[in-house]
Amino acid sequence: MPRVVYVQPTGTQQEVELAVGSTVMSGALANDISGIDGDCGGQCACGTCHVYVAEEWVGRVGGAGERESEMLMFAAAVQPNSRLGCQITIERDLEGLTVHLPDGQH
Amino acid sequence: MGSTLSTLDPYSIPIEKIDVSNPALFQDDTVGSFFKRLREEDPVHFCSDSKVGPFWSITKFNDIVDVDSNHAAFSSDASNGGVALENRMRRNFIAMDPPKHDEQRKAVSPIVAPPNLRNLEGLIRERTAAVLDDLPRGTEFDWVKRVSIDLTTKMLATLFDFPYEERHLLTEWSDISVTVPIESDVERERLLRPCYDYFGKLWTERQKQPPKADLLSMLAHSDAAKRMDVAEFNGNVLLLIVGGNDTTRNTMTASILAMHQNPGELEKLRKNPELIPSMVSETIRWQTPLSHMRRTATADVWLRGKHIRKGDKIAMWYLSGNRDDEYIERADEYIIDRKNVRQHLSFGFGIHRCVGNRLAELQLKILWEELLKRNMTIEVLGPPVRTYSNFIHGYESLPVKVSS
Ligand code: HEM
Ligand code: FES
Repeated sequence: MPRVVYVQPTGTQQEVELAVGSTVMSGALANDISGIDGDCGGQCACGTCHVYVAEEWVGRVGGAGERESEMLMFAAAVQPNSRLGCQITIERDLEGLTVHLPDGQH
Repeated sequence: MGSTLSTLDPYSIPIEKIDVSNPALFQDDTVGSFFKRLREEDPVHFCSDSKVGPFWSITKFNDIVDVDSNHAAFSSDASNGGVALENRMRRNFIAMDPPKHDEQRKAVSPIVAPPNLRNLEGLIRERTAAVLDDLPRGTEFDWVKRVSIDLTTKMLATLFDFPYEERHLLTEWSDISVTVPIESDVERERLLRPCYDYFGKLWTERQKQPPKADLLSMLAHSDAAKRMDVAEFNGNVLLLIVGGNDTTRNTMTASILAMHQNPGELEKLRKNPELIPSMVSETIRWQTPLSHMRRTATADVWLRGKHIRKGDKIAMWYLSGNRDDEYIERADEYIIDRKNVRQHLSFGFGIHRCVGNRLAELQLKILWEELLKRNMTIEVLGPPVRTYSNFIHGYESLPVKVSS
């Protein structure tokens, strides 16, 4: 199972193994990683699973889809590497994926 | 009227005759069994005749998420009728479609985002503590008036940095905009004139001063606000007042009522105050302070085999979706430590999802932290009087006594 690293705003890192087909959002919830709420359960309708994809992973993970960009527009402190965690599906080639958590979900 | 309705069996009438927009059903708290029947037998339901005209009801959790997320097919715009079954025209971004909505929401959003809330938390706590310390002991009083209204008004004044001694005006204006029956929108606007003048004055003042953390100062210094005309500015100020007033007020009352009806949950909370954030979310789901949001179809759409036509009115009944046990386990029960407690419909979803949700949660969290810190027991002495409305889902009064 691919390993995913979550980095808190304080710098603390948590590393978990996620099943292929799960998402960065569901993986955080299942492993009690704070800082991701996932209020809509992954339907791309709440924007509370906002993460920053580590620069070296941006190319591999890709950009936000149309509806995702719309929800991201209203998240706090959006950056070019912002994504919604529920829209990043874990695949084998994401071994080592690193995401940074924002300073609060809104 | 209420009493005859409450004796009505929702299963005894033909399903097409069911009209869940009748405010009496909310006042006497019987609407739940009507929603239950609709969810089971006709989840996308058409009512051809009601006081608000013909309208569709969406009653299942996932259908509501789909409609709420599809702003292209389902418009919020005031020019189509806005966001409540009873047409209400006001120019603010809850009743706008993109791109106008997006620009104005972006201006307001940082004001109630987590970093700014941290600046306001101390003051909110101080004022909450003062209200609680002032409560009479051992004698009956009305929780709605004495705590929920007083506290939300003080919060509003704090958030806007509104002259504190004149804060009663905020409640007055909020009531004029939503609850008080008024003959016409022209009359309503006339009554709101003093509100617009007052905020116009404050706006000019704040623009001249350096930026501060209050909502008004943030709005006055934002780029988008500089492009708003006066009517839009007024509309948005009112939206912030109204958005955070009845909803938060009624959740505060709901938390006392829910704990009274579920003493085991209160015991759980006392033993483990770390459950407060989870309890706050559960209370917001359980209460569902806004029963519905309305949309208007911009094109013909099929939903669960039903043909919704361009121009039709649609109510997304959050109150029903939040009791949908196909999505939420034991949805009728109040369980403060339930799994996925944040996954409820009360704040809506999609681009109009409540922008003040973090603020509302913060206010509730602080109230309960301060209640538990004081080990206060609030005893409910009688049933609440509920609001006559199919939109605002709340309480007019709740008799209580502080017994420790
Ligand atoms: C428990 C308390 C609250 C509840 C249940 C609530 C509920 C809602 C709902 C259902 C919507 C519409 C969502 C949709 O159409 O999809 C909404 C929008 C909104 N709420 Fe709240 N609200 C609450 C507190 C607040 C507070 C404290 C504020 C003030 C800052 C606020 C300001 C707004 C605004 C400005 C919008 C419009 C957002 C938009 O159209 O983009 N609300 N709220
Ligand atoms: S969980 Fe709601 S948008 Fe990702």
